Amino acid sequence: MRQPILEAKGLHVGFNGVKAADGVNLEIHEGEFLAIIGPNGSGKTTLLNICTGYVRPKSGSVLLDGRDITRLVPRSIARLGVARAFQIPQLFSDQRVIDNMMLALAAKNGLWTVVRPLETTDRREEAEALLGLVGLADDRNRISNTLPEGHRKLLDIAVALALKPRLLLLDEPTSGVSALERFPLMEALMGALRQRQITALFVEHDMDVVARYANRVLVWNAGKIMAEGHPDDVFKDPRVLQSVVGVA
Amino acid sequence: MRAILAVASVLILAGLPILAPWLQFVLTLAIAKGFAALGVAVLLRAGLISIGHAMFFAASAYSVAFLARAGVGDFATLLVLSVLAAALTGAIAGAFLIRYRAIFFAMLNLAVSMVFYALFAKLYDITGGSDGMLVPIPSVFGVTLSEPTFKNILFYLSLTLMVLVGLGVHRYLDSPLGHALSAVHTNEIRLEYLGIPVWAVLLIAYVLSAALAGLGGAIAGFAIGRVVPEFAFWTASGHLVLVAVLGGIGGVPGAFIGALFLELLHTTAVTVTDAWNLIVGAALIVVIMFMPKGLYGLFAREAGAGR
Repeated sequence: MRQPILEAKGLHVGFNGVKAADGVNLEIHEGEFLAIIGPNGSGKTTLLNICTGYVRPKSGSVLLDGRDITRLVPRSIARLGVARAFQIPQLFSDQRVIDNMMLALAAKNGLWTVVRPLETTDRREEAEALLGLVGLADDRNRISNTLPEGHRKLLDIAVALALKPRLLLLDEPTSGVSALERFPLMEALMGALRQRQITALFVEHDMDVVARYANRVLVWNAGKIMAEGHPDDVFKDPRVLQSVVGVA
Repeated sequence: MRAILAVASVLILAGLPILAPWLQFVLTLAIAKGFAALGVAVLLRAGLISIGHAMFFAASAYSVAFLARAGVGDFATLLVLSVLAAALTGAIAGAFLIRYRAIFFAMLNLAVSMVFYALFAKLYDITGGSDGMLVPIPSVFGVTLSEPTFKNILFYLSLTLMVLVGLGVHRYLDSPLGHALSAVHTNEIRLEYLGIPVWAVLLIAYVLSAALAGLGGAIAGFAIGRVVPEFAFWTASGHLVLVAVLGGIGGVPGAFIGALFLELLHTTAVTVTDAWNLIVGAALIVVIMFMPKGLYGLFAREAGAGR
């Protein structure tokens, strides 16, 4: 069997007695679009924090291409090709949208060349192409903290894509995005992931989005994986319907 | 438009000492303080206020005096080595200080600078204590010069360096590394997740800012001809922060505009009244209340309107 791109083994982590991960094992394979669903506070974001080195598990390990990354810091994991978009967008709020993008592009290649300006023709074109992809082309010269929440979210995703990751971790990509923009955003995102051969893991509350786009769903509850499989099968599971989807 | 304004300003500065020779010392000192304030302004980009940068100003000035005492007599060698000494001091202090933010960063810089002050003041046998140390007139490319000739060369070299170093710092601030420095102020988490080591970004900025303060200190040492512990006193550091904020932290010229404004205001106010502090204070209140972007903000707006 192929080696998973990311593998978590026996993860345990808790905060003030609440178990966010209680012996969790999971794998994500190249080309997958894996959704994690579950109630608020069940530990989904904590999993992303562990996978990106922001939180250290009490025990267990995280492997990227078979290499143990459990003790690495976020910047080291980012340099190994793992990018992240956040539930609350993490932007350089007093800089222009295009500058946020160009700094992300420079971070991947060319950060230390102090003689060249941040804004080069190539970098600007690449940044504009990515902004066009997520529908933010018209906002390029706005200061990012003046954007509406949904657009800030899109910019956060575009910034993560600018790192040309192999694995992208998305925390509720469609929250804060208007109902009208939700599916166009997901179509654009899926197109970018396929085109760039990016594997993705996403935490999501919108079950329509999960059902339509995920190859596989993992149901997280109280720090454990309650169910796992194709969305069509998982959403038939009465336990999932009751505790996560909210249908009795 | 902005370039024309800048060139005109430099030309006026270059011509001023010909019309009023007494201004040469004032302007040299203002440029020296402008370099140090630029160092402070670089760190302000990252939201870090150093109330201790006079330590690098003093470290460099004392390096000139020590090296001269050790027999180094060449101007260029003294200048380069003293700036390197300030940069090295900045690298050592910075490795520890850049871990801190906000008030902790400001206070720790102040604390370390006061250690420097105490060492300069108390190690009497080495530093001359409160009497300080003499900085003799160095030779320039092997030529021994009279004091007025050397001071002339010092002024025009300072002016040239102001332009060249200013352009260099502007380039740095406009580079990805400079933008990363500004980004430290707004979102360190995102920087880390972009794979950018925040500590390295800050350490580079800190060493650069120490070197700039050092360049100012060396020029001041040469201009005054003596270095004293007060160079490192906390009020001197506070003065640099004041100059940086007064000039405006939006651009490189701000630090020099602030330093020139304050030195000229001080020099003029002293001739008018003993209560010169009153005039300086009133001028500062006006600038702070009515020019939130500092004096440079005023120039930048004019230039922008003219485009």
